[in-house]
Amino acid sequence: MSETTEDHNVRVAAICDQLITLEGPLLPILHEVQEEFGYIPDGALQTIAKKLNLSRAEVHGVASFYHDFREERAGKHVIKICRAEACQAMGADALGDQIRRHLKVDWSQTTADRKITLEPVFCLGLCACAPAAMIDGKVVGRVSADRILEKVGS
Amino acid sequence: MSIKVYVPLDSGSVALGADDVASAIAAKASKTGADVKMVRNGSFGMYWLEPMVEVETPRGRVAYGPVSTDDIDALFEADFLTGGPHKLYLGRTQDIPFLKSQSRLTFQRCGIIDPVSLEDYRANEGLTGLENALKMTDEEIVKAVTDSGLRGRGGAGFPTGIKWNTVREAKGDQKYIVCNADEGDSGTFADRMIMEGEPFVLIEGMIIAGLATGATKGYVYTRSEYPTAIDVMNEAIEVARAAGVLGDNILGSGKAFDMEVRMGAGAYVCGEETSLLNSMEGKRGVVRAKPPLPALEGFLGRPTVVNNVISLCSVPVILEKGAEYYRDYGMGRSRGTIPIQIAGNVKHGGLYEVGFGLTLGEIVEQIGGGTATGRPVKAVQVGGPLGAYFPKELFDTPFDYEEFAKRDGLIGHAGVVVFDDTVDMMKQARFAMEFCAIESCGKCTPCRIGSVRGTEVVDKLERGEQPELQIELLRDLCETMKFGSLCALGGFTPYPVLSALTHFPDDFKPRALDIAAE
Repeated sequence: MSETTEDHNVRVAAICDQLITLEGPLLPILHEVQEEFGYIPDGALQTIAKKLNLSRAEVHGVASFYHDFREERAGKHVIKICRAEACQAMGADALGDQIRRHLKVDWSQTTADRKITLEPVFCLGLCACAPAAMIDGKVVGRVSADRILEKVGS
Repeated sequence: MSIKVYVPLDSGSVALGADDVASAIAAKASKTGADVKMVRNGSFGMYWLEPMVEVETPRGRVAYGPVSTDDIDALFEADFLTGGPHKLYLGRTQDIPFLKSQSRLTFQRCGIIDPVSLEDYRANEGLTGLENALKMTDEEIVKAVTDSGLRGRGGAGFPTGIKWNTVREAKGDQKYIVCNADEGDSGTFADRMIMEGEPFVLIEGMIIAGLATGATKGYVYTRSEYPTAIDVMNEAIEVARAAGVLGDNILGSGKAFDMEVRMGAGAYVCGEETSLLNSMEGKRGVVRAKPPLPALEGFLGRPTVVNNVISLCSVPVILEKGAEYYRDYGMGRSRGTIPIQIAGNVKHGGLYEVGFGLTLGEIVEQIGGGTATGRPVKAVQVGGPLGAYFPKELFDTPFDYEEFAKRDGLIGHAGVVVFDDTVDMMKQARFAMEFCAIESCGKCTPCRIGSVRGTEVVDKLERGEQPELQIELLRDLCETMKFGSLCALGGFTPYPVLSALTHFPDDFKPRALDIAAE
C-alpha cells in the first residue's frame, strides 16, 4: 500500500483536531499518530507543530525524548523483554542474550527480514513472575527463550 | 442458579495464562451444560498460585491454583464447581495463610470484587469514605488525613495531609489532583494491581482529595507498559460518571470532580513529579527545579496535588474508619499499612499488605519463603532501581522509612527484590549506573554525565585497571551525584552502587580477562 505524504498530513491533522481540546494534547496526539501509522512519520511533526502552534523542533524534541515513539515502522512482531532487576534475578540477562543471538539483532533493532523487532523494557510490573516479556502487546511471565520464539514463529 | 467462577484479569495472572484458563473453563462449561457465571476479578497478589481460580460455594469462596489449561478437564471431573477435592485445591481463599496474616486496608477489596462493578464496590463498603467526606469541611478532611499519619507511598514519604493543606490554601481558579501511577520501579506492581483489581478506590481517593483541596479535575498518569490497568481504569471512570459518582454533582452533593487517564510513553524519569507534570503538559519529561512546589505551581502552572496511587487509595479507608484506625497500624513515624511487593528470585512472590514494622528477614524468608531457586539469599534490593542492596546481615532492619534511612537505604515504593548467591554485585552496580544513563532526562550534569562515567569506572574496575583508584573514584562520583543531582534519579543511583560496594566488597575484585570478555 503506498502512502503519500499528503495522505499522512490529512490523517495527522484529523487526529490533532480530535484531541486538541485536551489539556496538554501533544502526548495523546503522538500516541494516536503512532497507533495509526505504526510510527511517527517525519512529515507528521510539521503538521502537529502547526496545529499546536509549536515549532517543528519542539515537537521533534518531545517525540524523540520518549522511548515509545518510533521513527520507523517496527517489524511484524515486537518482542519486549524486561531487563530490570527483578527479572535479572531470574535470569533475564541470559534470556536477552539467547534471543539476541538467535535473532542476530541487538536491543532496539529489527531483524533483516523485518519480521521481528526486539526491544528492552524496564519493568512490566510482572516482577513476581519473572522473567517477563511482552509480545505484540500481550504479557508473558516466567518465560523462556523457546516460548518467546515459538510465539513469534521463529 | 448459576455458579460464580472467578478468574483474574490481572496482568500478572494473564501473563501466566489466565485468559486461556478462562476460555477453557467457559468452553468446557458450555459443553457439559454447567451454568457458570465467570467474573474476571483482580488478583489477591499470590503470584505463585496464579492463575488462581475461585468458585463460590455455600462454605465461601474456595480456590484452586496454579491452574493451567491442562487441568480443566480434571477439575470438572473433580466437580470443582461445588468445591470438590483436587490436587490444586487450596481451601477457602480467605484462609490461605499468606492472605489471612495480612492487614488489608488499602487492598481490602482487591481480588474480591468484580473490578468494574460499582454495585460490588458499594456492597463491600465502597464509597463510605466519600460519603463521610461530603459531610465534612475541606479543613476537616485534611485534618483526618494529616492525623492518620499517611505519608507518600511513592517513596518520598512526605506527609500527605501537609501537601493537601498547601494546595487547599493556595489561590487558583483551577486546581488539579494528579495521580502518579508511573510505577517504573522494578520489583513494584502495587499500583498496577489496584488499578486493575479495584479501580473505584483510586477514583474515590481522588474525589476526596479534590474535595479537600478545591480541585475539580483529576488525572491519572500511568505507563504505556500497563495497558490492562489503563483499560480497567477507563471503564471504571465511565461507570462512575454514569452513576453520578464523578461529574458535576458528586452523589447529589452539588460538588464537582471529574478525571481522566493519561498514558506516558516509556520514560522512567516521568515518575518524578515535576517531569511527570511536564510530560502531561506535552513537553519533554525533563525535571523542573523546585521551588516552585507543584502544590503551588503544578500542572499548567496551577496548584496541584501530585500523589502516588497507593497514597490516594489509602484515603477512603481513613475517611471511612477514622484517622485513629489507620494510625494504629505501623511503627514510629511510619503509620498505617504498606503493601510490600515481594519479587525477583523468591518462592512466594506477591503483594503483602501489613502495618509497618516487619523485619526484612521476616519478609524475605518467612513470607517470601526464601528463593525460588532454593539457593541461599545473597542480596535484597529494596525500593526499586534506586534502592540499596541489603545483605543478610541487615535482615533485622524493620520496614520503616526512618529505620531504612539509618542503614543507608530506602523503602521507596516498597518493592523487595530477592537475589540468590549467583548474583554478581559488581554487575548490579554497573547496571544501576547504566540504567541511570539510559533514563536520565539530561537536565543536570551529575546525573547525565555521572552515570556514563560511572559505568566506565566499573568497567575499568572489572578489567583490573588500578582497582583502588577506581573504587575511590566511584565513591567520589557517587558523592557528587547524590548531592549535586536535581532529582532522585541521579541523586539515588548511588544507593544501589554504594551499598553493593560496601556490603559485597569481594564482588568488586578484578576479574580474569576471559570472564570479562563474555
